[in-house]
Amino acid sequence: MDKVILDKLKSIVGTQNFLDSKEDKLVYSYDGTPVFRHLPEAVLFPENSDQISEILRLANQNQFNVVPRGAGTGLSGGSIPVDNSVVIVMTKWNRILEIDSSNLTAWVEPGVVTGIFQKEVEKIGLFYPPDPGSLTVCTLGGNVATNAGGLRGLKYGVTKNYILGVEMILPNGELLKSGGKNMKDAAGYNLKDFIIGSEGTLGIITKVLVKLIPKPSNSITLLIIFNKLVDAGKTVSDIIASHIVPSMMEFLDNTTINCVEDYAHIGLPRKSEAILLVEVDGRSSEVQEDAEIIRKIAIKNNAVALKGASDEAEANNLKTARRSAFSALARKMPTTILEDATVPRSELPVMIEKVTKAAKMFDVMIGNFGHAGDGNLHPTCLTDERDSKALDKAHKAFEYIFNEAIKLGGTITGEHGTGLSKKQFLESVAGPAGVDMMKKIKCAIDPNNILNPEKIFSISPKCEGILPLKREQIKNFNA
Amino acid sequence: MHRQNDYKDLLKVLPHDDILQQCIHCGLCLATCPTYDITKIERSSPRGRIAMVKSVARSEMELSERFAEEMNFCLDCLACETACPAGVQYGRMVETARVVVDEAGFGTTKLNRGIKRFLVRKIVASRSGLKSVSRLLRFYQKSGLQKFVRATGLLKIFSKKLNEIEALSPSISDKFSDKEIKEVELPVGGVKYKTAFHFGCLMNTMFADINMDTIDVLKECGCKIVTPKDQVCCGSLMGHNGDLEFALKLARKNIDVFEKIDYDYLISNSAGCGAFMKDYAYLFEDDRKYAEKAKKFASKVKDITEFISEQKPELNLNSELNPQSVTYHDACHLVHAQKVFSQPREVIKSLPGVEYTELEEATWCCGSAGIYNVVRYEDSLVQLKRKMNNIKNTNAKVVLTGNPGCMGQIKHGTKKFNVDVEVMHPVTLIKKLLKKNQT
Repeated sequence: MDKVILDKLKSIVGTQNFLDSKEDKLVYSYDGTPVFRHLPEAVLFPENSDQISEILRLANQNQFNVVPRGAGTGLSGGSIPVDNSVVIVMTKWNRILEIDSSNLTAWVEPGVVTGIFQKEVEKIGLFYPPDPGSLTVCTLGGNVATNAGGLRGLKYGVTKNYILGVEMILPNGELLKSGGKNMKDAAGYNLKDFIIGSEGTLGIITKVLVKLIPKPSNSITLLIIFNKLVDAGKTVSDIIASHIVPSMMEFLDNTTINCVEDYAHIGLPRKSEAILLVEVDGRSSEVQEDAEIIRKIAIKNNAVALKGASDEAEANNLKTARRSAFSALARKMPTTILEDATVPRSELPVMIEKVTKAAKMFDVMIGNFGHAGDGNLHPTCLTDERDSKALDKAHKAFEYIFNEAIKLGGTITGEHGTGLSKKQFLESVAGPAGVDMMKKIKCAIDPNNILNPEKIFSISPKCEGILPLKREQIKNFNA
Repeated sequence: MHRQNDYKDLLKVLPHDDILQQCIHCGLCLATCPTYDITKIERSSPRGRIAMVKSVARSEMELSERFAEEMNFCLDCLACETACPAGVQYGRMVETARVVVDEAGFGTTKLNRGIKRFLVRKIVASRSGLKSVSRLLRFYQKSGLQKFVRATGLLKIFSKKLNEIEALSPSISDKFSDKEIKEVELPVGGVKYKTAFHFGCLMNTMFADINMDTIDVLKECGCKIVTPKDQVCCGSLMGHNGDLEFALKLARKNIDVFEKIDYDYLISNSAGCGAFMKDYAYLFEDDRKYAEKAKKFASKVKDITEFISEQKPELNLNSELNPQSVTYHDACHLVHAQKVFSQPREVIKSLPGVEYTELEEATWCCGSAGIYNVVRYEDSLVQLKRKMNNIKNTNAKVVLTGNPGCMGQIKHGTKKFNVDVEVMHPVTLIKKLLKKNQT
């Protein structure tokens, strides 16, 4: 990148907020995604919205790219730099601006860490349910950008169900305010809802208005152990069919159980083929009743053991251990490629089998776990990125898994986003008309394609825009 | 400054690519890193440092002052290892990277490096050296010279930093423990456990009383305690500060010395020493002569609280004392390096009259971190301030912790940040509660 432009950027954010040493470029070249990495030209920590606007205007004038980033824990490459790009890091925007307990809302800056925010609101009896695996690190801005999910998805939904408003700087430098504290709002297009999950391609989020709910008073956490994978799958479908909605229903296969146990030492059964971690919450009487029904269903489906967490600390240990699953799998092999194929819940047992089949067919090691209750699986391929043949096999296995998921009416990603790693599969889920509409929206808002380009889909300039028909229009192309 | 441009050979000490590759850069370590918490910049995080080490090891990136600075900025508290589900051996990466930058002449002036090395090799590691310095310090403290220096602010004339560091110097025990402790100590009743004792360097000189307390408590537990006089420093300060060669020399000596005696548990009351001695197994993994011996040695090492919590010896404690409010700070080298977390808590909570309050961020480093609080005083103060604030919020009258470094640092914190709390080793509290002690 031209030194003149870099100097201009430096003067916008100030020397202390501008990094371009080789060390700094290196450590912002990756996020939580395996294999993908790319060096940025510089890393910026803007201090206010005006600085972000100025950076984006400069990017339009000088045709360089801007990649927004939170904590960099994403798993689809959404915050990995692209060619000729600068990274805008939002982690220092970490203030909780307001907790409004009469409206049950909170205004936060995008860099607020999800787990810290949850603790703050829980102090006053409120609850922010979305709990992605990286909640101790990840930011609410990043959660909005990827429409992050988590363990509590099946009862409480995902990030989009808790966002009332968003403020963001559009690629042209203008400030967009969308939504507000109203529980209902039918004025015009529902803009905030397509900002959620737009993976930093439509604007840079500067403020988020979050919806809160009262914290459930009681919960019971159960660990159910199975000798057979199918029995675990059957238990999940039976629980859902019995009209109980647990606040969490997590599944771990044998490989995952062992890796997690190596890390957490909480006494998981190393020999069992699968475990379910189920939590019900609500009022005391209702929780007891639900737990009892789940117990019966589990026993009917050949559960070999059933343990209840004795206190909150033990329940938290179990949940923390489950959240570590993805990283714990790295104990087996140096590269773990985690995907999040999601199917309608009734198809879960079929999908679990397909994953097992993929591992055999393509001769790869796959650890399988995930949010069984909402059909969101995390088949994780254990491989070594330094071995191109092994990597190739892994990609083939995932191609198979994605195609099977789609055949079952599922999707390629439940909660991680499309980013770089899944964009080749997007059309098979969203369809040509869907992807076309997404591209048109992107082109309308970011005509120069400067903001996080190459993410979700690629826009090839040759085939886009109005077909040049007049002689003077064609001349430009021949020049 | 002398810099070595051809440091290719040096890079060989960095861990093998397979170990470096184990980090999947998921970022779960970021939340636990005290230095990342200050800067919020990725290169001050464990994930960032690993990426840099990996890049240097693969010769994709060259050594630089910035690289050296981040390696030395790290407290080596290992909180990230506790947080890492993938089991990445971060400490080993950073410690070997420190060797590389030190040897190649980055990150510190030659003079500074010399002083650092002199400090740990000649003073800490050599008992006579440490004792001479301690005697000087004792004289300084007892003769009234210290009062004079402090009252006149004499050191401030030289530098503010020197003045602040002087405040860090712990008060020296009247007697050194290795002279007081008999080579073989026997319990009053029958021998239930055969133990050996490593008395540590700082514990022996600055905190000799704690060593005496440890012996008394162990005797009460029914332990026969052998304390070989020819044992040496565990080597941890050298190992963590880029002088592994010297550390290994000391480790060999200890292995040889303790091999000669018959014991089941090697008791340590200093988290840093305990952690490093447990690490001997790894350090000699590839050493044909010492691998087996080191493994055996390491497997017997136990922190005193670990020993009491596991063996549950019958202690004759006085239960009629006034209740006292107590909290506990986890020494990094106990909780993160040795993964000893619940044991000290169990022991403390079981003591009569103890009203225990859990310390907020108990496992967060206090900033002592070996010699970090001497070589990077300002950075260490940031962590200490946070720690003292959390201690203050518990309203406890006593803060317990199992490492001399932490004790010295937190004692300094009580003065610096005006927190009214007594700093004590858990074993001292037990000793105080022993019935025979109160007659």
